[in-house]
Formats: sequence, structure tokens, C-alpha cells
Amino acid sequence: MSSVLSVRTNRIRPRRERTAPLARRVLLFLLALVLVAAGWEVYKAVGPARGGEVFGWNVLPRTSDAAMPHVWDMGSRLFDDESRTSTRPIWRVVLSGAWYSLRLAFAGFAIGTVVGTALATVMAKFQIVRRGLLPYLVISQTVPMIALAPLVVSWGGKLQLGSWEWPRWLSVAVLGAFLAFFPVAVGTLRGLESASATSLELMHSFAASGGQTMRKLRFPAAVPFMVPALRLAATAAVIGVVVAEISTGLRGGVGRLIIEYARQASGDPAKVYTAVLGAAVLGLAMAGLVAAFDALIMRNRPRLDQPEAA
Amino acid sequence: MSEGPAEAGGAAAVSVRAVSKVFNRGTVKQVDALVDIDLTVAPGEFVSLIGPSGCGKSTLLRLIGNLIEPTTGEVLVNGKPADRARLDQDYGMAFQQAGLFDWRSVAKNVELPLELKGWDKARRRARAEEMLALVKLAEFADHRPWQLSGGMQQRVAIARALAAGPELLLMDEPFGALDEMTREHMQAELLRICTETKTSVVFVTHSIPEAVYLSERVVVMSPRPGRITQIVDVELGRHRDVDTREDAGYFKKVTEVREALRGFEVDELDAVGQGVDDR
Repeated sequence: MSSVLSVRTNRIRPRRERTAPLARRVLLFLLALVLVAAGWEVYKAVGPARGGEVFGWNVLPRTSDAAMPHVWDMGSRLFDDESRTSTRPIWRVVLSGAWYSLRLAFAGFAIGTVVGTALATVMAKFQIVRRGLLPYLVISQTVPMIALAPLVVSWGGKLQLGSWEWPRWLSVAVLGAFLAFFPVAVGTLRGLESASATSLELMHSFAASGGQTMRKLRFPAAVPFMVPALRLAATAAVIGVVVAEISTGLRGGVGRLIIEYARQASGDPAKVYTAVLGAAVLGLAMAGLVAAFDALIMRNRPRLDQPEAA
Repeated sequence: MSEGPAEAGGAAAVSVRAVSKVFNRGTVKQVDALVDIDLTVAPGEFVSLIGPSGCGKSTLLRLIGNLIEPTTGEVLVNGKPADRARLDQDYGMAFQQAGLFDWRSVAKNVELPLELKGWDKARRRARAEEMLALVKLAEFADHRPWQLSGGMQQRVAIARALAAGPELLLMDEPFGALDEMTREHMQAELLRICTETKTSVVFVTHSIPEAVYLSERVVVMSPRPGRITQIVDVELGRHRDVDTREDAGYFKKVTEVREALRGFEVDELDAVGQGVDDR
């Protein structure tokens, strides 16, 4: 009986999204990395040493070791001491900086997600709020981070709740959240409004309250729209945090390392690339985190790109 | 067996009195969707609404279900005003789209109306199992809706509509998207379920054979403005099976309904019809 049943259910189960096996994806990723490194080295070998001029404009980068250090120099630099005064190998410095920034980015991502979801909920519930608020949300994203960073820091500095003082790192997380909330708000709003007229009427016929309709229909219906929004938000939070670290001068993170090492580029050109590598690792970690979350909440659901049987 | 409009004993399942419905009243887009509708459905009775696009049959169903309010007149369900009946969950609804929630298992979909009513978990689960057994999908309780065929999804939707134990089922072309074979099977299943549960049904359809096969009475409606032109009594007895579809009496009734429908302009692209009827 059960074997007959499983045959039947397998037949009617729609094909899941086809994903390449993990080993293959890792291989492709490494291959892409090798190709980028090879491209870098090939250009360095054949490109003009003093850069290329086209119609008097300097458009091609110089290939000198100061401008384009060898890939293996960057690699070996990872294992050298950070500087004459600090004997820690640089990969540990960069990694701990990336870890610090990751925590900030995650905090920003979390704040942005909560705020974005809350805004979307209010906008979905009240048309008037939506009409009034949405344009300002769009405009908010055109304000340059660099201009905003000192403001947030000084506002935060004035905040004090009893014995609790606004820590400086929180300003950076808030700036990350400032970039992260927007895709979440827009994506979630679209998702909340994606419930079909039939399902809304169905909830009405079940005498469901507004809150019940929100919890049991609109929110679950919004989840597939929130997944890509969260991906964008995770990336945005990383960028926000790195830029905010630089513009607020917060120490400890990978953003700060990038600016510090860039200053030493004339004497130690490979050094800054180790920090850039750290930022890339940070972005990958964040993307991986969201992908895992995505897989968790979408495990029992058909993908949006599948034809929906309804 | 057909009881006709019941005056004897208890309230009618549905009582529609002098109802009219005007959309966009007072604007250039004003539409008289329904005019002077009187209809009574007896407890346990199966009534179909049939007519061309734009005749207001879906509008009438939605009025009974209190999804919209009548412009004039009165709608009673189980002797109560329609909004009270909706809040009391005196009826269940099923639409052309099964409208199952992807993120819930089949059983959880059936449990939804019970959850909204605040039933506890064990009671909900037991009831869902019972309903799924009724529609012969017990072994699919833990499947996801999108793993089921269209006909199975529609059966889940019927189980969900009946979960809270309503005495009335309102159905808007529930089998409209199914192929002919599945459709006939579903019709037989629906009759069995309604007989077992003693549920009254108001059933909107485009299909004459479907209306005749299922119903004790077929309400024929005309468009612009939507009104009831004729009510055909289908005196085929309550028990119907495969042989019913080949019965001479059945063909006679199909012909009768077809003739009652003749003469209405069928204008599929009519904006009025699209706007009012085809939700």
C-alpha cells in the first residue's frame, strides 16, 4: 500500500528547481577565481608599463608593481607580519576585522529587516500611509552615506538612556540598516499585496479578522518576495557598514583596514589587497547566511519561477 | 423528493427577497447587476444558478455569502441576516480556483477555518482527518497542495469549506477549470458528500449538463439587468449515478434548460459581463 502510494506521489510531484551539486559549484567558483587572477597577471605582463592613453585620456591602468602587485605577492603578504610594530600575521588581522564587520553588518541587516518589515506592514494596512511614505523612502536612498554618517554619529553621541550609552559601533550598524531596510520594505510590501483576490475573499468568508488575514495569509504569501529582498539587504548592509566604518572612523573593522592599508600602498602595495580580500570574504559570508535562511524558510514551498498549479 | 421552496418547518437555508444590486451607482459606469431577485433554497436542497456571462449569477452567490451587500432587499441565511451568518460560519465557500495555501500542508489547509474559529489543535486535527476521509484524500494529509492534481486540490477546497460543519455550501464554478472526465467524477463525489453531510448547495455554473445532473432546481438567469427568468424543477430523484447521464428524463431536462437559456444574446466580450461576473 505505502509503496503504491509513494509511486503515485512521486509522479505528481513537480520537479524541484534544478541546482548543480555543491562540489561542482565550488569548482566553478574556484575556476572563476583562477581566471580573474590569470587575467590580472596577463594584463600585467603585456599591458603598457606607464598606463595606456587613448586620445590623451589615461584609461588603462599602469602595470608597475606599485599599481598592480603580483597575485602571489598578495597571497604571500597574507602570511607576513602586519607591520614592523605588529608581529601578527596579516591574515589574522584581516580575518578578525572581517569578523568584526560581519557582526556589525548582521546587526544592521537585522535592524533593517525589522524596520523594513514593519514599514511594509503599516503601508500595506493603510493606503494613506503608503501614499505619503513611499516617496520619502525612495528619496531616502538618494542621500549619500558619507553625508549621513557624521549626523548619525553625533545624534547617537547625544543619546543616553540611564546608564546606557549609545556605543559608536551602533552608529555604523544603523548606517548599514539605512541601506538594508529599503529593499526589505519594498519587497515585503509587494509580497503583502500579492495575496490573490480569491484568497482574500476566502478569508472574509471565514470571518477572519484583519490581524488573522495578515498573519495567516498576507505574511506567508509575502515570504517568497522577501527572500530576494533579504539577499539585496544583506549585500547592502555589508556595503553600508564598510563605508560607514570609513566615514565614521570606527576602528576594528575591515573598512578601516582598507583605508589604513591604502595609505601605505606606495611602500607596501600588496597589503591593501589583503583587506579587499577580507571584504570579499565578508560579503560571501553574509550571502551564505541569507542563502541558508532562504533554504530553511522555502523548504516546503514551490519556487516562484515554477508554474503554479492553482 | 424535491421539496421546492420550503415553508414547512425551520428556516430556509437561503432566502433572498426583492434583492437588487447596482454597481457604480450614479456614475456613467452604473450597472444594474441584479433586479428583483426572489429565491428560496430549502434545507438540504441543491440549487444551480445558470445563465450567460453578465447575468449576475456570481453576484447573487456573493450576496448570499455576504462578500458584497445588496443595494435593496434582504438576504437571509438560516433565517439570519447574511452578515450574521457569515460571522457564525453558517456556510462554506468554494471558488473556481481551489485557493489552497502553498505554505500549508493539505491537512493544515483544511484546518484553516477551524484555526480562525479558535479550535484547539487536537480537535482541529481530528476534524481535518475526518474531512479528508470524506473527500477520499486521507493519505494525502501531509502533502503540499502543489503536489496534487487539479481535481484533488478542488476536493481539498471542498473539505476546507465543509470543515466547520456548515449547513450550506456556496460554490462558484468550482469545476470550471477541470477536464471533462475529472469534472464528471467530481460531480458524483460532490453529490455523495452533500448527501452524507445533508448540506444545502447553491452552485454557479456555465454548464447545462452539470446543472441538471447536480440540482433539484436549476435557476435560469438573464443578463442586463440580471434577473431570474425561469426555475426548472429537475424531477430525477435525489439518487443520481452514471446511468442518470443516459436517462431520457435527464436529456429532457437538459433540453428544457437549454431552451430557457435560448434567446439571450451571448456576448462574451461584454465589459459588463466581465466586470461583474468573472471574478
